[in-house]
Amino acid sequence: MIDAAWLLIAIPLVGAAVLLLAGRRANAWGHWLGVIASGASFVVAALVLIAMLGREASDRVVDVHLFDWLNAGPLNVEAGLRIDPLSLTFVLLVTFVGTLIHIYSVAYMEHDADRRRFFAYLNLFVAAMLLLVLADSYLLLFVGWEGVGLASYLLIGFWNHVPANATAAKKAFIVNRVADVGMIVALMLMFNTFGALDFSTVLTAAPGMADGGKLTAIALMLLVAACGKSAQFPLQSWLGDAMAGPTPVSALIHAATMVTAGVYLVVRSGPIFTGAPNALLVTAIVGAITLLFGAIVGCAKDDIKKALAASTMSQIGYMMLAAGLGPIGYAFAIFHLLTHGFFKAGMFLGAGSVMHGMDDSVNMRGFGALSKFMKVTWITFGFGWLAILGIPPFSGFWSKDKIIEAAFAADGGHGWQPWVFGSVALVGAGITAFYMSRLFFMTFHGDKRWAQELSDGSELPVRHPHESPALMIWPMIILAVGSAGLGGVLAIGGGFTTWLEPVTGPVAHHEPVLPVAVIMVVTLVLVLVGAFLAWRQYAASAVPVEPPVGSALTRAARVDLYQDAVNENLLMRPGQYLTRSLVYTDKKVVDGAFMGLAGVLAVIGSGVKRMQNGFVRSYAAMMLAGFLVLVVIVLFVWN
Amino acid sequence: MASGGEAILFWCVAPLMVLAALGLLFARKAVHATLCIVFVMICLAVLYVAQEAPFLGIVQVVVYTGAVMMLFLFVIMLVGVDASDSLVETIKGQRFAGWLCGLGLGAILVGVITRVSFPEGVGLATANLETNPVGLARILFSDFVFDLEVVGILLITAALAALTLTHKARLTARVGQKEMADARVLGGKSLVPLPAPGVYAQRNAMDVPALDPHGQPIEASVSRVLRVRGQERGAPLEGELNLLTELKASSQTPTGPERAAPDVDPAAPAETEEEH
Amino acid sequence: MEFTNYLVLSAILFSIGAATVLLRRNAIIVFMGIELMLNAANLSFVTFARMHGDLTGQVIAFFVMVVAAAEVVVGLAIIVSIFRTRRSASVDDANLLKN
Repeated sequence: MIDAAWLLIAIPLVGAAVLLLAGRRANAWGHWLGVIASGASFVVAALVLIAMLGREASDRVVDVHLFDWLNAGPLNVEAGLRIDPLSLTFVLLVTFVGTLIHIYSVAYMEHDADRRRFFAYLNLFVAAMLLLVLADSYLLLFVGWEGVGLASYLLIGFWNHVPANATAAKKAFIVNRVADVGMIVALMLMFNTFGALDFSTVLTAAPGMADGGKLTAIALMLLVAACGKSAQFPLQSWLGDAMAGPTPVSALIHAATMVTAGVYLVVRSGPIFTGAPNALLVTAIVGAITLLFGAIVGCAKDDIKKALAASTMSQIGYMMLAAGLGPIGYAFAIFHLLTHGFFKAGMFLGAGSVMHGMDDSVNMRGFGALSKFMKVTWITFGFGWLAILGIPPFSGFWSKDKIIEAAFAADGGHGWQPWVFGSVALVGAGITAFYMSRLFFMTFHGDKRWAQELSDGSELPVRHPHESPALMIWPMIILAVGSAGLGGVLAIGGGFTTWLEPVTGPVAHHEPVLPVAVIMVVTLVLVLVGAFLAWRQYAASAVPVEPPVGSALTRAARVDLYQDAVNENLLMRPGQYLTRSLVYTDKKVVDGAFMGLAGVLAVIGSGVKRMQNGFVRSYAAMMLAGFLVLVVIVLFVWN
Repeated sequence: MASGGEAILFWCVAPLMVLAALGLLFARKAVHATLCIVFVMICLAVLYVAQEAPFLGIVQVVVYTGAVMMLFLFVIMLVGVDASDSLVETIKGQRFAGWLCGLGLGAILVGVITRVSFPEGVGLATANLETNPVGLARILFSDFVFDLEVVGILLITAALAALTLTHKARLTARVGQKEMADARVLGGKSLVPLPAPGVYAQRNAMDVPALDPHGQPIEASVSRVLRVRGQERGAPLEGELNLLTELKASSQTPTGPERAAPDVDPAAPAETEEEH
Repeated sequence: MEFTNYLVLSAILFSIGAATVLLRRNAIIVFMGIELMLNAANLSFVTFARMHGDLTGQVIAFFVMVVAAAEVVVGLAIIVSIFRTRRSASVDDANLLKN
């Protein structure tokens, strides 16, 4: 069965091709074809999983050779798939959550004229993402990497008749290009260092490398790539705008799967990072900064999707932090990635369900008391909320708590690192509890703030909140069950970390600087405090419909801590000035020189042109004159 | 070697040759220029003979005067004898440049030749021992036999080239007697020959149209050239004929204008009659 | 002295032929100028043959005549075909070399 793994990629790819090429005649059944393609992929993945479970743990890394791709002298790249616990985990996550979101989208996009195109892009995304995680070389991974970037671009700008959406899509694309440069440089460095790009060669050779500098460079370049794809600081600015896409897209691509590709890349390149401690430290710092950054931004956003996006950023920050901790954190990063994929996708689908019932409004200050109208959405969202808070025994508790624990054991439990990273993770958990509870309470509890008079007499639009159709509810219920139970099930006896051992190696154990029980209790206390503060402010007391002015920090957080302003002032403006001056230089200096030269030549030419009058007699006269001159010269020289 | 007779011949012929050659420069008509050159060629033949080259002299007359220059005349006639060359120069500065170059070339050549001292002439008495054509033939068919063959190929090629260049591809089907007859039937024109002028008319002159059975003149019977020139004489109608008879009877000495009065157009026929 | 006379005559005829090529516009007359130049050269050959007592000069003159005949045939054919298409025998009308 493992040999048939190429079907995983081929099925959704064929689905996308059929949907794109069939045109309007596929409008009637196209969405079901998309669902079937994704579902078939999941079935294949499940079969591969069963085949894999039948093998010995030591035998669980399988390279499936597909064909010789590039055979150019020293560069010999074979297209092949690497089936191992890590890629299989991703494949299952992508196909399972992907299929659920496909089903959800059938109902969500029901009234969209371009539903077929939407499913074509979704299938394309699934194929590209599977290629990304299944590739057995960095080059093939890069193909998938670009493929998901393309699908992301197409889906963010799906409603591109709205200029803002098109701009958001372009922003995501461009920021990802910046990261891709890092990826390309990493590929070049890798080829230069190891002479190969496939995982088996590179990852085997990496630990034995004497030259730490090169390894660090490769790792840092990979980190740049990961930062772009996973919206990590300082390339995080695109994720908030990416919410312009349809909500299922936000759930699948910008919460559960694609944005976690950076974490996958870091964990996959584990041997390289382990060999470059400085790069690991940078990874951890990036993760820590992003985790706080996202959390702070999340506290101020009134747009439900943008708040969730900030939360995604923050949670991926946790994963990056875990990955940056090295062998003690790789497995937990993937564990958190898995649970996060479930509960965040569930919450996004819940947000979509809320929007569905509230006429596509995303402003949480216009929500409130929706729990009475959308019971199922409320409960499933609640499961996700509890999971992300890390309330035992929900999924998030098992994964996040491990990361906080590992953060307190950073750098072998010596020096400043465990304290800094530990406290950041701890504080982050508290803030996470606050903003997620704020989101939850503002949406589902408190007074209803729709269809009521405003202070200035104008009336908010009258809404008719209602529960979503079954096709939307069931995916949410399944994801909610996953949010509730998956973490616990996988954490029993360290089952998941053991499963990942063939890739990440056994989890190195260091004693945290604080006792484990203390960390757990403090975390829970902080989470409860955060949730209580949010309850007091947003559920127990009235929430103003108009956003209050707020503190300086709030105002800053509302505009994403000025990240766009920073980008514009630091990068865009100087870039524009540079290009403008270059254009000016090109026009005046370069063109001037060339045009001047051309002008001089043209003047000479128009002078010489007179001689070329086309008359044979003129030419004959010139020939004779030249002959005479030659004769005279010869005569004078000889005499 | 230099006999007095040869010097006299030279001085008689050379100035005439130069004058004739100048005719090439100044003659308005191409035919005149060609005749000048024919004269130069014949004089050259004479000079060849005088210079102990009788074979070349004969060839000069046969090939150049007889063939080449006649070819020139043919072409001139083909192109148009009356196409005289305008002497107004159209290219700016060309006339000045032409004269300067021509005179400069002549001056340099003459200057060089007159300043060079030539060796005493050997003469061809020895070489022409077996007559000049035989002497030439010995060299031509020994040292230059390959060149001779090449020149033969060149001549054949030139002949073929002339054929190809002047050959005009037929663009339309050849129009023969049958095609012309078909066209005439299709065009609804008269199938029989046109009537001769003067038939049934008062006079049977060339310029008088024939009359048809109704007594009406047939315009087409008069030559087209006469009609175009307006020299056609109108056929008198019956009433006018009667008037004419009466006039003849009443007047003994008819004057010119009175005689012309019955004509359709009084002025033109009167003149023509007087011309004749 | 005798030879110089012939050679000067040859030079004068050659110069007149060259001037004709430059000054006249009728292609046929221009062509005749070329013929005149060839004949002037022939006169020189014959003269030098006599001067050196070597018949090779006459042979060369003979070859010149033959080649000139071939040239005339082709040249006149070209003039005729040009005249056919352009209704003109003026060398100034055939100025397609321009531009």
